[in-house]
Amino acid sequence: MTLPDDRRYSREHEWIRPEDGDGVIGLTQFAVDELGDIVYVELPAIGATFTQFASFGVVESVKAVSDLFAPASGVVVAVNEELRTRPELMNSDPHDAGWICRITLAAPAELDALLEAPAYAELIGSE
Amino acid sequence: MTYSPHTDADRVAMLEAIGVESVDDLFADIPESVRATRFDIPPPLTEQEVRAELSRLAGRNRIPEVSFLGAGAYRRLIPAVVDEVVGRAEFATAYTPYQPEVSQGTLQSIYEFQSLVRELTGMEVASASHYDGATATAEGALMACRLTGRHRVAVSRAVHPQVRRVLETYCSGPGVAVVEVPADLSESGSGLTDLDAVRRLVGDDVACLVVQEPNFFGVLEPMAELAEAAHAAGALFVTLVDPVSLALLEAPGRYGADIVTAEGQSLGIPLAFGGPYLGLMAARMNTVRQLPGRLVGATRDAAGRRGYVLTLQAREQHIRREKAASNICTNQALCALAATAYLSAVGPEGLREAAERSTIQARHLVATLETAGIAARRFTAPYFNEVALRLADAGARHAALVEQGILAGLVVEPEYPELPDTLLLATTELTTDEDIRRLAAGLGAAS
Repeated sequence: MTLPDDRRYSREHEWIRPEDGDGVIGLTQFAVDELGDIVYVELPAIGATFTQFASFGVVESVKAVSDLFAPASGVVVAVNEELRTRPELMNSDPHDAGWICRITLAAPAELDALLEAPAYAELIGSE
Repeated sequence: MTYSPHTDADRVAMLEAIGVESVDDLFADIPESVRATRFDIPPPLTEQEVRAELSRLAGRNRIPEVSFLGAGAYRRLIPAVVDEVVGRAEFATAYTPYQPEVSQGTLQSIYEFQSLVRELTGMEVASASHYDGATATAEGALMACRLTGRHRVAVSRAVHPQVRRVLETYCSGPGVAVVEVPADLSESGSGLTDLDAVRRLVGDDVACLVVQEPNFFGVLEPMAELAEAAHAAGALFVTLVDPVSLALLEAPGRYGADIVTAEGQSLGIPLAFGGPYLGLMAARMNTVRQLPGRLVGATRDAAGRRGYVLTLQAREQHIRREKAASNICTNQALCALAATAYLSAVGPEGLREAAERSTIQARHLVATLETAGIAARRFTAPYFNEVALRLADAGARHAALVEQGILAGLVVEPEYPELPDTLLLATTELTTDEDIRRLAAGLGAAS
């Protein structure tokens, strides 16, 4: 499994990729593999605000329902509308086309508390 | 169903297996001070004595010879086939089975029920049923809160008072505020929800507007305008409807209802003190993830045969836990089966005839009482099969008629202090011309 090194990872298996002062958020390959076939994603509303590590949505697979936890604080500026009709994108391309939402970061320094790719690889290697 | 009580030997074996001395040891965690030591119940009776006692109690029932009582529960014709279907041992459970997919017949009956509710309401998806119309309505309001992210619901004063109380109870836990929208109950008023008040009170912090159709006073609300007023504020339109009326009135799905609930008792379920009743609930497919309760879906098995499953269970409490669409609902499978058997037996024609006959008798009732100068319609808006009538000394005359075996509807004043001397009377397809004659004679004599 290759982990992109252009982003940070949370211990709850979300990634966040900095982009022009915003952060794009998604679930990691490890997480979607654990969940199995994803059938539904409850996306946050545009304009919604959340704080780091708060629950901001729900992802439902054929075998489980899991909360999504925000890897950073911010305001939602875009959501991946395509997931409403094609949630399986999260399985097929979790690190790119399967992104969930984009937030304007409230405190960019929060990302320092997240893991870089090698540390996250170590975390999932031990799970 | 067979009932095999445990023998003493069974109990000893079970206690040994779990390693305790006596049944009392199982309650050791409960402090002595809070244990019940004495129960104030009568001594045991033989089967014969129990039968005699139950007969004695049943003898105290006062069953009116003539009844015009409705107010949410209606005496309607129930074809014999309904009891025949409901009485079949294969269906004799109030719940969906714990291994639902092995009970294809039960699931199919629920699927048929959902299909019938969809057709009646003109909505896209219907749940497998709820306790009753009141709890379904309350669940509908909470569903609207989840869908809109708002925490305030507006309910018309012309919605059944008991439904409003259940709604308030359901809203008190999650901290949802309930705002009452006034209805025009003035002298020579329409009896309708005040549309101007709706526009004033339903703002952008209100999740939904709850309206009943026909409303508690039996009159027909301007549903399309009410829907528009709710939607203009970004609120949803939650409607509590009479399923029999839908044989004649426009389907709620066509006038902009977002969540439709109904009391299904009229559909083949007899009247009994306290129920059981049946909640119907339907919504649009794009909100199905927030629809509470069980849902049966049709699919195909590996061999391509049609089969039924419980579907979208991730909404439910056994999977979603505290985030479930509801943790306090269950279905009424046996009552839903009765409704399915009823609707299948009477068909669209039969339901239309029942609705038509009910409305015709209501007009006959009003004409009879008005012509005799006994009572007059309290409200001006068009009515369906229930009507609020004004007459002097309503309470006393109602009580006097009960003694004669005539139940002259409901005295409205205890629930609506602003409506003294008002009776709410319902007619159905079972209301005969003779019933109306007897009521008129009784009310006329009592005046």
